[in-house]
Amino acid sequence: MKTTASVNIDVHHLTRVEGHGNIRVNMTNGVVERCEWQVPEAPRFFEAMVRGRHYSEVARITSRICGICSIGHTLASVKATEAALGIEVTEQTKKLRRLLKHAENFDSHVLHVYVLVAPDLLGAPSVFPLVETHGEVVACALRLKRLAHEWGSMIGGRTTHPTTVVPGGFTKLPTVAEVTVMRDRLLEAVPDLAATLATVRALAPNIPAFKRPTEYMAVTSDEEYGLYDGYIQTILPDGDRARYEVADYRSCTNEYVVPQSTAKFTRNRLNSYAAGALARFNVNYDRLHPEAKEVAGSLGISPICTNPYMNSVAQVVEIVHSAYESLHLMDELIADGIADEPLVAPTKAGTGASAVEVPRGILFHEYTYGEDGFCTGADCIIPTGQNHANIQADFTALLPWLIGAGKNENEMRLAFEMLVRAYDPCISCSTHYLDVEFVR
Amino acid sequence: MGKPKIAFFDFTSCEGCQIEFTNYGDEATLELLKHVELVEFREAMTETTDGPIDIALVEGSFTRDADRDRLLEIRRRARYVIAYGACACTGGVNALKNHQDDFSEYVYGDDSVMPHLESGTARPISAAIEVDYEVRGCPMSKDELLLVISNLLHGTEHVVPSHPVCVECKRRETICRYDEGDHCMGQVARAGCGAPCPADGIPCEACRGFVDEPNIRALEKVLMERAGFSQKRAVGKSRMFTANLRS
Ligand code: SF4
Ligand code: SF4
Ligand code: SF4
Repeated sequence: MKTTASVNIDVHHLTRVEGHGNIRVNMTNGVVERCEWQVPEAPRFFEAMVRGRHYSEVARITSRICGICSIGHTLASVKATEAALGIEVTEQTKKLRRLLKHAENFDSHVLHVYVLVAPDLLGAPSVFPLVETHGEVVACALRLKRLAHEWGSMIGGRTTHPTTVVPGGFTKLPTVAEVTVMRDRLLEAVPDLAATLATVRALAPNIPAFKRPTEYMAVTSDEEYGLYDGYIQTILPDGDRARYEVADYRSCTNEYVVPQSTAKFTRNRLNSYAAGALARFNVNYDRLHPEAKEVAGSLGISPICTNPYMNSVAQVVEIVHSAYESLHLMDELIADGIADEPLVAPTKAGTGASAVEVPRGILFHEYTYGEDGFCTGADCIIPTGQNHANIQADFTALLPWLIGAGKNENEMRLAFEMLVRAYDPCISCSTHYLDVEFVR
Repeated sequence: MGKPKIAFFDFTSCEGCQIEFTNYGDEATLELLKHVELVEFREAMTETTDGPIDIALVEGSFTRDADRDRLLEIRRRARYVIAYGACACTGGVNALKNHQDDFSEYVYGDDSVMPHLESGTARPISAAIEVDYEVRGCPMSKDELLLVISNLLHGTEHVVPSHPVCVECKRRETICRYDEGDHCMGQVARAGCGAPCPADGIPCEACRGFVDEPNIRALEKVLMERAGFSQKRAVGKSRMFTANLRS
């Protein structure tokens, strides 16, 4: 590539993402001096803080790693605790937890697509000016958001740091009457979903056509799309798959330190991998609900999609998947009834790991407990931590692509910001602090 | 006069309190937007402001000296500062590490000496600047936040309760956790949340902090005598969300 262009992009504390991240790109007369994604978030030390805590308290602490994915963190935490303590929960518990997981994905994706991504595509700085110009779109987003919050609260007690989800089951169960009301409300929301699809379809041409093949990692199950439970599966752009057991998660996350920086990155078969909606879509496409597959077709996304910006489109596909799967789960609960079940008690002590999909990707928790039920050690690997190396690799490929496309500095800045937002990063989950510094 | 300008700022936190803000749904959110002008909210908008702010909402605890300047700047520009969420009001769950001295080595190993991993004591933002109102809870009580904002807009003084959560528990006729063979901290936890936790079958862990002049000795005694905790567990338990309010 021949260019004499100079570029200077410095985005301090990127907006419309969770947590704090910076974008720094410097190029002088065609020479790239710096093109980096930085995370200056204050470290929080959760893995240290749960030591000495009773197993009944650990999920309540580690859910506070992230307020947006707190349902996923709670589920990952109780599942790891259950694995460590030899607790096998009932089918009813699993079904309710799946329903809760769908509520979280639906909720978070609605928020991300409407509030964080749509303004970019509509050329607005945020969702608030859209109240004047696109009032119905905003009202629809807020209605769907509220529905998801109430649907999650029906099962989890509340959606920010759920109360009822504990090792061994639930401390409080929804009634069949409550599930029935929620099912009807979800059915009524289908027109709002259609409006979402129409909005995204209209905006899709504004999504950059950038592509960068990478490895994709997601929780997979033989029976379903695999959000709540399953094994780890990755897929390469050529379709080659690899399977890993959850207990061996370290062998596919491979945290490492970059020589030029103090950052912990992850990698597996390639130098970086992607987690999140697009990764799940690529890995688990076959298990999507038929309605979601149809929506995918109409939005022009098919596996294996290597455009990272399409993560937001994959989120829309998942919104539809979660709605229909949940209607099905609710039907089953209404037909079978909800039995009052006591919590399942521990049968052993030791170490246990879990993997759960949170909206932003695969999440691992692992704990060790002593005979007295007190935690002696913890490890949490969060999705954004796994995506940082991939975001950085996208950055490195994006700059020449943007120059080749003749973009000016403002367009480039927006393209970089949109790329990070597409990943929907969740930077405040800094259990593993990253300081990305690439010096070229 | 135009609409009062409201801005959101975040420090060390999980941002769950901001998420609670998005949980108001269509009616409350659209209604609120009729009365206030949001001028800064990094998580949700690109716009920022350097000008004066009527109400600054601050989330998260104060853990690094570098954060002090940002807080002073917010204080300088804001007529009212509202700390919202346990992290901002007491240091919250972040303060659990204040009782450990090896947290950094445990998480970062040999890298822990690096300067960017510096993390001091997690403190409430009132340790750095004067705070006018506090909205407690982990997550904060969103109804209380609306009430505080509404009171400010109407010029009414906001009163924070200082009775224990047990009162609210009794009011909603929840069976006491102790009668279920469990434990609870509601006797000394500050009310105002409506006691959702015992009603959902889990103990109150005083995420809203303590009542004025709590009798912590008595709490530990109850945890030991009625819940059968060891002294170590009783002391640890009573620090859960209130590590900064405990010795
Ligand atoms: S108070 Fe709780 S919910 Fe709010 S930011 Fe802090 S940890 Fe998150
Ligand atoms: S459950 Fe807790 S808050 Fe409720 S009455 Fe008992 S001790 Fe008090
Ligand atoms: S019941 Fe206790 S732990 Fe629950 S919200 Fe109220 S103060 Fe917080």
